[in-house]
Amino acid sequence: MDTAVPHASSRAPGADDAARIEIIGLTKRFLTPTGEPFTAISDVNLTIEPGQFCAIVGPTGCGKSTTLGQVSGLDKPSVGRVLVGGQPVSGITSGVSYMFQGDSLFPWKTVLANVMTGPVLTGTSKKDATELARDWLRRVGLAGFEDRYPHQLSGGMRKRVAMAAALINNPRILLMDEPFGALDVQTKAIMQSELLQLWEQLRPSVLFITHDLDEAVALADRVAIMTSSPGSVKDVFDIDLPRPRGNVQDLRHEKRFIELQTQIWESLRDEVSRAYTRTAVAA
Amino acid sequence: MSSGISTPPKTDVFGQYGYAADDPRNFFRPETEAELQAKGRRQRATRTRWVWTGRVLVFIAFFGGWQLLTSIKLPHAKYAIVDPFFFGQPGGIWDSLVKLFTQGTAFGSIWANLWVTVQEALLGFALGTVLGMIVGILLGSNAYLADVAGPYIKVANAIPRIVLGAIFIVAFGLGMPSKIFLAAVLVFFAVFFNAFQGVREVNPDLISNVRVLGASPLQVARHVTIPSAMTWIIASLHTAFGFAIIGALVGEVLGATSGIGLIISQAQGNFDPDTVWACMILIAAFTLICEYLITLLEGRLLRWRPPSRTSAASI
Repeated sequence: MDTAVPHASSRAPGADDAARIEIIGLTKRFLTPTGEPFTAISDVNLTIEPGQFCAIVGPTGCGKSTTLGQVSGLDKPSVGRVLVGGQPVSGITSGVSYMFQGDSLFPWKTVLANVMTGPVLTGTSKKDATELARDWLRRVGLAGFEDRYPHQLSGGMRKRVAMAAALINNPRILLMDEPFGALDVQTKAIMQSELLQLWEQLRPSVLFITHDLDEAVALADRVAIMTSSPGSVKDVFDIDLPRPRGNVQDLRHEKRFIELQTQIWESLRDEVSRAYTRTAVAA
Repeated sequence: MSSGISTPPKTDVFGQYGYAADDPRNFFRPETEAELQAKGRRQRATRTRWVWTGRVLVFIAFFGGWQLLTSIKLPHAKYAIVDPFFFGQPGGIWDSLVKLFTQGTAFGSIWANLWVTVQEALLGFALGTVLGMIVGILLGSNAYLADVAGPYIKVANAIPRIVLGAIFIVAFGLGMPSKIFLAAVLVFFAVFFNAFQGVREVNPDLISNVRVLGASPLQVARHVTIPSAMTWIIASLHTAFGFAIIGALVGEVLGATSGIGLIISQAQGNFDPDTVWACMILIAAFTLICEYLITLLEGRLLRWRPPSRTSAASI
């Protein structure tokens, strides 16, 4: 299956230093619409090794998405810096793919054209891009759906298209902002297992944002807990569950999974209740 | 378990009691597919029949009433209840239409005049639409330009633009250009505001998505901004086309050497409301054809949209 994808075999999994992400003393301040300065994240430090799957968990509004914006280069840090492969990020970081919670598919493009967008933007010829996109649609189990439009697909199918579109350029870094947040529980579990399978084949470094602790433990090698306003990294846990993880739903009943989950929840619980109290007072 | 539950009533599931198909005692008997389809067809046919009955009744009531009120004289009255001298009469309008096509007009054949008006409307529509799209997309995607141009656009939108026709006729003469420009000005604002709003409604996630993939500003416009704004722009084309017709006709009424507006203006001077109505019918027929073509274009360009909205907006 790997040989069908032109770029996949050209890189040994996890051996590429270009995929290391170092977030050093990162602070982001901006002005609210009323002119008040607001510190979204403060002194965030986190390193993601090449090919590592790192999840960031934290209460609502703790600046998780802001952190991703800095890594992708869509946004500039106020203080501190982000290094990707040892180079400071300035402008758009190359070799990055982004997956959002909402539908990041183009509703006016067919499924095939959606998946093709990545290679077309990087200058691949239309013919090669089509071939590559067809191959990726096969990999995510959507062969035969090439000519459909996104609104004709179910939520899970749309996520598969988004996954194919994010991975087709064989990114060294995959940024995921609560990608499965809007899915129902069963579909979510299926998508998680499929994501792990695809990730094992390509091994990009992943920065995965979620507020679902079970999801973080099931998928990641490391789980970073963020405090809220201003956001900063409170704890980092290594997840020593063996890979390949297999079916995510079965994983949840394993003893080690429950131990880790309980241990991390201890750290997360205070943050969640603090954030909740704050929003309750503010409201 | 058995004590609290009463047994269901006997039903004719296997037809052994000999009830008719629509007997209420049959309520547990599942409808066959053929029965369901036949019922659906019957309901649709009934509805279509009633809709058309209603339409024909409205037509007869309106035009019949018009014809009747302009024909009946009350005893001792000098004129009919509604004077056809001022309001015309369906019979007279038909006669005028026939006359326009058989005898032509004072300014040449009706076809030549219609062709002039059609050209003015279509060229004005095309010019206004293209300019409105370009300026709308430009200002929509550049906040600086939008801030600079904002007050001027507001002022330009506030002046009664139809009066510009008078200036255009002085500046560009009695020929077609003055009408084309007037139509284009009216169309421009309708398209511009929709294009502007359309660009601002673009999902920012989609823009981030292509920017991360390395898209240049031009590629962002081509892959995201323009297709996304297209929904809004196309929605404005229906109103904009109405404006193009108004621009061409009003321009001709203000001063022209040929065109339907000129015929209308001359008929008005001759106290001939029937010819004015006849010209309006001609223009309405042309507008309906163009509306149909715009709807076809809409369906073609927006076929990616879920279908529910188009059927609701079909009226």
